[in-house]
Amino acid sequence: MNTTPHRGVAALAAGLRAGEFSAEELARDFLERIRVSPLNAFLDLRPEVTMAQARAADARIARHEARSLEGVPIAHKDVLVTRDWVSTAGSRMLANYRSPFDATVVDRLAQAGMVGLGKLNCDEFAMGSTNENSAFGPVHNPWDLRAVPGGSSGGSAAAVAAGLTPAATGTDTGGSIRQPAAFCGITGIKPTYGRASRYGLIAYASSLDQAGPMARSAQDCALLLSAMCGFDPMDATSLALAPENFAQALDQPFDDTVPACPLSGLRIGLPEEFFGAGVSNDVAHAVRAALDQLEALGARCVSVRLPRTELAIPAYYVIAPAEASSNLSRFDGVRYGHRAADPRDLRDLYRRSRSEGFGVEVKRRILVGTYVLSHGYYDAYYLRAQQVRRLVADDFEHAFSQCDVIAGPVAPTVAWDLGAHQSDPVADYLADIFTLPASLAGLPGLSMPVGFGAGARPVGMQLIGPRLQEARLLRVAHQFQQVTDWHWRTPPDSPPASTEVPAPRSPSEGQGN
Amino acid sequence: MLTRDDVLRLAELARLAIDHDEADRTLPRLNAAFELIGQLQAADVSGIEPLVHPGADPARGTRLREDQITEIVDREANQASAPRVAAGLYLVPRVVE
Repeated sequence: MNTTPHRGVAALAAGLRAGEFSAEELARDFLERIRVSPLNAFLDLRPEVTMAQARAADARIARHEARSLEGVPIAHKDVLVTRDWVSTAGSRMLANYRSPFDATVVDRLAQAGMVGLGKLNCDEFAMGSTNENSAFGPVHNPWDLRAVPGGSSGGSAAAVAAGLTPAATGTDTGGSIRQPAAFCGITGIKPTYGRASRYGLIAYASSLDQAGPMARSAQDCALLLSAMCGFDPMDATSLALAPENFAQALDQPFDDTVPACPLSGLRIGLPEEFFGAGVSNDVAHAVRAALDQLEALGARCVSVRLPRTELAIPAYYVIAPAEASSNLSRFDGVRYGHRAADPRDLRDLYRRSRSEGFGVEVKRRILVGTYVLSHGYYDAYYLRAQQVRRLVADDFEHAFSQCDVIAGPVAPTVAWDLGAHQSDPVADYLADIFTLPASLAGLPGLSMPVGFGAGARPVGMQLIGPRLQEARLLRVAHQFQQVTDWHWRTPPDSPPASTEVPAPRSPSEGQGN
Repeated sequence: MLTRDDVLRLAELARLAIDHDEADRTLPRLNAAFELIGQLQAADVSGIEPLVHPGADPARGTRLREDQITEIVDREANQASAPRVAAGLYLVPRVVE
């Protein structure tokens, strides 16, 4: 069979419908690629489940009852709970956890006909930007096995980039879809807060967490996002909106009168805070070239200001740990998760179960969150951070009165080496600077590959849109991808797991996002 | 700046068992994090309404569901991953002597 592992979701769906290959063949091919991969991207595989889903998809195709993404494989980040696979959230706390239900986004993608390949490695409880905080070892970047894949959705990004799956779910709290997509040279989008249901998303920071798709192209992301999103009564913050077909308008020019320039009329805002001294030259160069390309398509760049960009970092690193310390109090060793052996009493059970079950970075954030929420500090930290959050959102509102989308780098540098920030977690916090503002404001953000920087490692460009303007972001990215091929570049096939690769670092010390 | 005693007190509040060695190891990292978040104190936030979550609609408050039975709790499925269960009950160490 000739199903190249790097064909996109749209092409695979079409090939399946045309009978070019079967869902069963496809699933078997990807499972075999996963089996020999050295990336440590997957945490749980159940080939019998995958093959049963693939056979059901083939039967539907044969009956001409194929749904929109029938038979196309997908893999899920491990913070999304699944009935058929263990859901660990990258934590020893949940090493053997089987959920009694599927997360809504997992269920919706299955209802669109997608075949589940398994669960993807990530930073523990999605806390990190390198994947080194996983209790099950770090993921390697397929472009360079010495590099981090980014995080926290590092398994998702690495698996798509390496052709282990055509699509993956990710979740994004402070950049956890956009930054690993950039580091691995793929496309990913975090939708507006409230678009994708959080039901079944193991909570990190509830006012920030959002799920979204990761795939090769904007077109693939549009197809996946259309299937994922929709009102869910099970999530109190789910937006009551009719399902939207994000793929519909991808090819429409912004100004019908100038079909040769599909982005004519589009104003791209460039915040000076995103192009300052903190950005490395290789990243700035690739982003600049991409902006030239967008201008060649008819877009016009305008200067805007996001003056509270730097304040977004401390605001995020108060709000996220505060919410995490509250959310993670549910792990008490009683109803699910790890329980310490031979507890003396209930207090001993709580304390030791939690200490043994959580990793270093998770404990650190719980301590920070406990502090900022404790008596006498609430106003100085949590309340103040929420006020700054309002200012960050106001900055965007003002900027969007002058432009249609905002563009800039996803991260100040390309992926760094595994272990590089082990002794300095704050270095990783600072590297989140360009993704945190849109997270705090709840705005949609897209990451797309725009070239390569130092060490031939991928560079990503971020597009941020006004609330609910995912379709606009996907359209700009799709038009860019019609005249560029960065999103189709693939890393050389990695040596199989049996040959020598750099030793995984221990997940002992943790980091940002 | 936090001290080791602060870390131990926070650990107790968070129900984490952290010994003196671990407290000493984590202290400089915690202080680095607090130095970062201390930058918030420089922001002028007078009169600014806090943003609790970006979907919040102050006019309507949190959406509530109809008070209807929509699902039935499957105790067996929910307890399948519990560390210790007997006769449908979660077992914990004796609380009352």
